Amino acid sequence: MVQSPQAYYVPAQSYWPIIGAIGLFGTLGGTALLLYSLQQEQASLLAQIMLFSGILILAGMLIGWFAAVIAESRKGLYSPQLDLSFRYSMSWFIFSEVMFFFAFFGALFYIRVFAVPWLGGEGDKGLANMLWPDFTAVWPLLEAPNTDQFRPIKAIIDPWHIPLLNTILLVASSFTLLAAHKFLKKGNRPKVKLWLGITIALGLSFLTLQIFEYFEAYNELNLTLESGIYGATFFLLTGFHGAHVTIGSIILMVLLLRVYQGHFTGEKHFAFEAGAWYWHFVDVVWILLFTTVYIL
Amino acid sequence: MSEHMDTAHHGPAKGWTRWILTTNHKDIGTLYLVFSLIMLFVGGSMAFVIRAELFQPGLQLVVPEFFNQMTTMHGLIMVFGAVMPAFVGLANWQVPLMIGAPDMALPRLNNWSFWILPFAFAMLLSTLFMAGGAPDFGWTFYAPLSTTYAPPSVTFFIFAIHMMGISSIMGAINIIVTIFNMRAPGMKMMDLPLFVWTWLITAFLLIAVMPVLAAVVTMMLMDVHFGTSFFNAAGGGDPVLFQHVFWFFAHPEVYIMVLPAFGVVSQIVPTFSRKPLFGYHSMVYATAAIAVMSFIVWAHHMFTVGMPLTGELFFMYTTMLIAVPTGVKVFNWVSTMFKGSMTFETPMLFAIAFIVLFTIGGLSGLMLAIAPADFQYHDTYFVVAHFHYVLVPGSVFGIIAGVYYWLPKWCGKMYNEKLGQLHFWLSFIGVNLTFFPMHFVGLAGMPRRIPDYALQFADFNMITSLGAFLFGTTQLLFVYIIIKTVRSGKAAEQLPWDGAKGLEWSVPTPAPYHTFSTPPVVGEK
Repeated sequence: MVQSPQAYYVPAQSYWPIIGAIGLFGTLGGTALLLYSLQQEQASLLAQIMLFSGILILAGMLIGWFAAVIAESRKGLYSPQLDLSFRYSMSWFIFSEVMFFFAFFGALFYIRVFAVPWLGGEGDKGLANMLWPDFTAVWPLLEAPNTDQFRPIKAIIDPWHIPLLNTILLVASSFTLLAAHKFLKKGNRPKVKLWLGITIALGLSFLTLQIFEYFEAYNELNLTLESGIYGATFFLLTGFHGAHVTIGSIILMVLLLRVYQGHFTGEKHFAFEAGAWYWHFVDVVWILLFTTVYIL
Repeated sequence: MSEHMDTAHHGPAKGWTRWILTTNHKDIGTLYLVFSLIMLFVGGSMAFVIRAELFQPGLQLVVPEFFNQMTTMHGLIMVFGAVMPAFVGLANWQVPLMIGAPDMALPRLNNWSFWILPFAFAMLLSTLFMAGGAPDFGWTFYAPLSTTYAPPSVTFFIFAIHMMGISSIMGAINIIVTIFNMRAPGMKMMDLPLFVWTWLITAFLLIAVMPVLAAVVTMMLMDVHFGTSFFNAAGGGDPVLFQHVFWFFAHPEVYIMVLPAFGVVSQIVPTFSRKPLFGYHSMVYATAAIAVMSFIVWAHHMFTVGMPLTGELFFMYTTMLIAVPTGVKVFNWVSTMFKGSMTFETPMLFAIAFIVLFTIGGLSGLMLAIAPADFQYHDTYFVVAHFHYVLVPGSVFGIIAGVYYWLPKWCGKMYNEKLGQLHFWLSFIGVNLTFFPMHFVGLAGMPRRIPDYALQFADFNMITSLGAFLFGTTQLLFVYIIIKTVRSGKAAEQLPWDGAKGLEWSVPTPAPYHTFSTPPVVGEK
């Protein structure tokens, strides 16, 4: 039923939020309990059940809730004003993600500019060097101050091999996604499927190479989470970025499925745009990461 | 007919599932407010334990380990469980009413934001019953106390914080989008009531810094479970890094806890002075200035940690600069009252007490901002006095004032003015008895977070404890007043306060379940 232009869609009661809250509790509580029990050297069965069912519930909620929203949207219940609400929300959500990465980049900056040089005896608080007088501050930091606890790294990942290739893949994927969007606006759906498919393939190739790189880091370079602050910041930043590429790829796959289902029109395809914003954001993070983590 | 049209003109659904499945901003506002009231008493009972132990010198009631758990949990629960949800509750009720919107922009997300909280706090409170006890490293959870030396329950603490963060971010997105996108036609940004403005800016702060909190607890989790060394110098990290990231979150966080109170007071003072707010524009700009500056002052919490001198100076001057926009606000409130036809109903009493006592907290904050002097005050009860003055007669009085002010519109009943005033005076006396002596013992050198103290602090500590017991029990009266009002209060008028202006007073009393289904037209002034 078509709404009058002013009416803003206020949904009726919904089961999805409470299911989401339970699912989130299961997922995070289960993870906490699992880590807690592992600390006591025994993986708790309850924790595994809780985690597993939490993830299932959360996934079910996401599918069900999004399906409900898609159905409402396709029924024409959403006014342009509501469309704007979605746009604002997605923008602010991405801003929150920006701040999340900002904290990690800030930590890397602090470590490199202040903490490590001070430990090496340079600068304002170089007094810290008396803790480990033999320690020399260099970046990349292959040897942590305490090499018994944090085993030295043999070498770091060469930025001009896999990481460069990954940069090309991700940057290319942003352009292929732009192409898909352009064809969507023109209504050329076979081309949308093609370019969206290529984008997903590029994203998945990126992830595969990233996994390969992690293998190399762990097995050949002894670059691990436990090898001091270089490994810690390296895996923190690339790991969270990789998680975001994974989420982004899932979003793009859902979008592709929806294109096959005949969803979206040339004018009305906010879900597609939101997914694209997210993908471009992840791409920008990678460029920053490639520069500050791999090259510099 | 679509689903929502069927319910659009109905009242609430029947039965208890109403509260779980609701998408109504008024229901969700009520849920937030009730939840925060419960948490106020949970956190308050922990303060009770703390003050009982500190009633006399020596160790009487609890062991030091448990004392540490109490100070930690008290802080976490009051910040994340009492003050923040209470303001979100006020926003849920008031923002749509004040801007003429039919509901929040994303009603289902709104429900999710709330229902995550009970689970998060269940997880946090469950740590009290775990082997090794609850988190005991202070609400600031500095590494390495919270990493290397943490009790095993720290993992649950981390994930509880993650859940609260998710809830806050989604709630803040909802509020910001509502304010930007749902205003009644004709209502410009500079027509917004000040409560809405302060919440807009608060929501921005929340979206900006809650992810930073998530980041810092994530790094903690990695250090605790995955062998990283973010906060461990042996691996090339730095415990001070923890403090920088934490305070980058936590300084804006303290403004998150007080800006909405500024908003509430800016609604109440004009009403009971029967004058428009003095300097509306400067109020908006001052709020924005405070928010922007909150990002560049964080290290004033860390003067004694060993920062380069330039850092000490930078953070000292930026911090003192914040006193300027804050001073603008206090000046505007006082000027609003100046030559007004003032009356002193309960909301106004709490608002005036807010202005006076918050200013005391602000001034002690200025003292703490002076880096060389801070070396003396740091980690003493002077700090405890300072931040309780801005949080209790600041934030909490702001919330209470807002509840008294809007309760008649919410439930259609008037509270008992005599009881309200009694609640105010007992709270006012209690709060000052509790926190004022802390200035003296702090300046004399009594350290915070220690269950025992030197004999010369005994008298002031006893006064503080008595004040705390008075203040705590007085809040039971608050609960009584609310319940009595809702159940058997006298019917309130359409406009319970004759000086009150704004869209929220244009709806019937009590506010119908659905308001502004067709947006009101806001004319030119």
